[in-house]
Amino acid sequence: MNRFAELLDRLAYEPGRNNKLRLLSGYFREVGDPDRGYALAALTGALSFKHAKPGLIRDLIAARTDEVLFGLSYDYVGDLSETVALMWPKAAMAAHNNPPPPTLTEVVTTLRTLGKSELPKQLERWLDELDETGRWALLKLVTGAMRIGISARLAKTAAAALGDKDPHEVELIWPGLSPPYLDLFAWLEGRADKPVNRDPAPFRPVMLAHAIEDSDFQNLDPADYVAEWKWDGIRVQAVAGRDDHGQIAARLYSRTGEDITGSFPDLVPSLRLPGAIDGELLVLREGRVQSFNVLQQRLNRKVVSPKLVKEFPIHLRAYDLLGDDESDLRELPFAERRERLERFIKKLDDPRIDLSPTVPFASWDELTAARADPASAGAGEDADAVEGVMLKRRDAPYLPGRPKGQWWKWKRDPHIIDAVLMYAQRGHGKRSSYYSDYTFGVWTETESGDELVPVGKAYFGFTDEELLQIDRFVRRNTTEKFGPVRHVVHEGDKGLVLEVAFEGLQRSPRHKSGVAMRFPRISRLRWDKPPREADRLETLERMLKAETTEIEA
Amino acid sequence: MTEMRPQDILLPTADGLCCKPGGFHIDPVRPVERALITHGHSDHARAGHGAVLATQETLDMMRLRYGENFAGSTQAISYGEEIRLGDVKVKFHPAGHVLGSAQIAVTAKDICIVASGDYKDAPDPTCVPFELVPCDVFITEATFGLPVFRHGDAADEVRKLLASVALFPERAHLVGAYSLGKAQRVIALLRQAGYDAPVYLHGAMEKITYYYRSRGIALGELRPVAGMKRAQLAGTITLAPPSATSDIWARRFPDPVTAFASGWMRVRARARQGGVELPLVISDHADWDGLTATIAATGAGEIWVTHGQEDALVHWCKSRGLRARPLDLVGYGDEDEHEPPAQGEAEA
Repeated sequence: MNRFAELLDRLAYEPGRNNKLRLLSGYFREVGDPDRGYALAALTGALSFKHAKPGLIRDLIAARTDEVLFGLSYDYVGDLSETVALMWPKAAMAAHNNPPPPTLTEVVTTLRTLGKSELPKQLERWLDELDETGRWALLKLVTGAMRIGISARLAKTAAAALGDKDPHEVELIWPGLSPPYLDLFAWLEGRADKPVNRDPAPFRPVMLAHAIEDSDFQNLDPADYVAEWKWDGIRVQAVAGRDDHGQIAARLYSRTGEDITGSFPDLVPSLRLPGAIDGELLVLREGRVQSFNVLQQRLNRKVVSPKLVKEFPIHLRAYDLLGDDESDLRELPFAERRERLERFIKKLDDPRIDLSPTVPFASWDELTAARADPASAGAGEDADAVEGVMLKRRDAPYLPGRPKGQWWKWKRDPHIIDAVLMYAQRGHGKRSSYYSDYTFGVWTETESGDELVPVGKAYFGFTDEELLQIDRFVRRNTTEKFGPVRHVVHEGDKGLVLEVAFEGLQRSPRHKSGVAMRFPRISRLRWDKPPREADRLETLERMLKAETTEIEA
Repeated sequence: MTEMRPQDILLPTADGLCCKPGGFHIDPVRPVERALITHGHSDHARAGHGAVLATQETLDMMRLRYGENFAGSTQAISYGEEIRLGDVKVKFHPAGHVLGSAQIAVTAKDICIVASGDYKDAPDPTCVPFELVPCDVFITEATFGLPVFRHGDAADEVRKLLASVALFPERAHLVGAYSLGKAQRVIALLRQAGYDAPVYLHGAMEKITYYYRSRGIALGELRPVAGMKRAQLAGTITLAPPSATSDIWARRFPDPVTAFASGWMRVRARARQGGVELPLVISDHADWDGLTATIAATGAGEIWVTHGQEDALVHWCKSRGLRARPLDLVGYGDEDEHEPPAQGEAEA
């Protein structure tokens, strides 16, 4: 457990993806079975046991420490698991008599079989045996709150690296595997054959698109491409297959392969034909696609109430067909898959699943016009839910990842405002010596005249050269330092105006301004513009009004 | 004559802890006539006093930092040596904090007060170990005066650093450490762990580190980092003042791993706030267990608590039936946070 804790500890601080991979593969290489398998399970969210409630942890520490000291400590640390891990009193036993700390395997297997009433005593014993980091990791594990910035995909990629395998290979067999993954590691280390995926409804690694630049068009022939709308929903893979008993098993996966079937039980009955659809999850009301803000009401729900299902009816709009019954279509060219998809959707004949239409065009100019005005190019009343267009090569097979030159995304122009840089904070990793996280604000009228109110934070969108320029500006124009944050001069005639692009707005009680942006980034530096000419909060409120009327409708 | 009370011997004033019957201040924050200095950190040892009494090492460090004329006159005192000043006797005892650090015992009539300055009871290859001094009133620091601060074995933290160097041989490891004491302790610990490659130094650490070496502390091969090429720094360890690790100065290193050796690294939010990737819990202050064990062992019936988390430590003392109060002294802080700005910006 201590070695696993050390890994979690290091991962929690490491910002770089490649370095995280190194740490993970190093661990998988160094630690034997079955511990490493349970670690992989913990990191991919594949462990299931009843989690301990924070209340239980509080009771344990309350019985051991002074209430006032705990209160002061918790205030200082700010995280329950961490506070308890740090202040847990040393066990009173003689050093030579101490039992060895538990292994990760012991912890996981014990937790799986432990009765609820036995949990407190067992946790106490482990907390006595582990060191600070070990206790922290144990508490994160048993409360189910790992949050260390590792995706399941990254953990699988690190495991694949052990045998120089493509992570997609692991992804393909993953649904058929279970902790502690002895067969997986045996294959990765060349000691056994590749495990067979017996999952009736497995996930297929997703194909992604590159953002197209103006300069790309001159090298592309419109005749080679099919265009379709890019819907502003959630990209999903809906898979149905027959299990050993001939029953249909249906699953919905996120684009990273996370099983999200549980959040959308209302879609499951519609997935009754064996096959794998690549599509977009949307909310439809009376046949009309609702905005992303509306769809958001259905995301990350633990409990899906009948009311929620009724008010936010879920819908799947199909882009592609990766599997049709037993046959794998991924090697076929897109144009052929599209024909198969059209037949499949027709045969399915389900009101919850429809076909995403293609956008006819003969030249890039025609497509430019369609993208600028989707309403008159076939999207009709759903035009507001169109995020842009997708271009797919007619002859492209379905390839995992983001292969070059196959698929392009061409988004509609984002919302843009001019805001004033207010605060800057240093970045992480390679950027730790640069001020690269920016809080920006817009003007609003207050009793004491016009003031800037923060409306968002952005830490990308700029070029390396622009980063250097902003960094220099921040260092030379700091008015105050507050911990890691620098207050940067922001007055009517002194300061830096940032052009901020974003995808949408939401009302947010957590922000002083009352609004929150989706996906904000710095699109341009406006050295030419005096701060007093930056945008006002009223502008954002108008944009917000336009968006929220859809939710209430 | 009425019986003497502790506060008649030592009293907190705006200038610092004042001993009227002895005619001196301990670690005064403003210039005074006669100063007794516990150790060389800049918040305790300031320039401009009339006469300064301190250990030889502390005097030397003040001279290195402030120049020859940092005080009107100086007098060196050894550990265990007793000197009479006015109506009191003073005696210096090792505090185990940094090289030359001392606790100052002030005795008047039959009352003994120990002003411990900053101290630690953990082993440190670069200074004389902390000595427990029985007393009536113990003045303790409380930098890490919360039960969440448990520093553990510094050798384990150095092993963590070396494991990272082994895992990332193409990256430079940049260890933020206070330039007086912490940096030299980290180097000595690296040597104890068997690391024998050259250790690189930020310009601001050179003088004091070479001073440590001149006092017979084995630090192995040291090299200034200035003038090194980026590629040459792959796989190396460099010690730098904490502020320099997030400064423009750090851009000369190949994909640096930023470490920070400090007791604060025990708390994640604190480490993350500073952009640290490899927190090393190595402290020159006593941790919670050290503070409470020391307080109990002095046998003092009255505890004065200063700089840090006074509330928690005062609460603990009271719960043990000890008289305790926070001492209102201003101007002392944790040295990690009060590091003067590095010279890096100018150098880069």
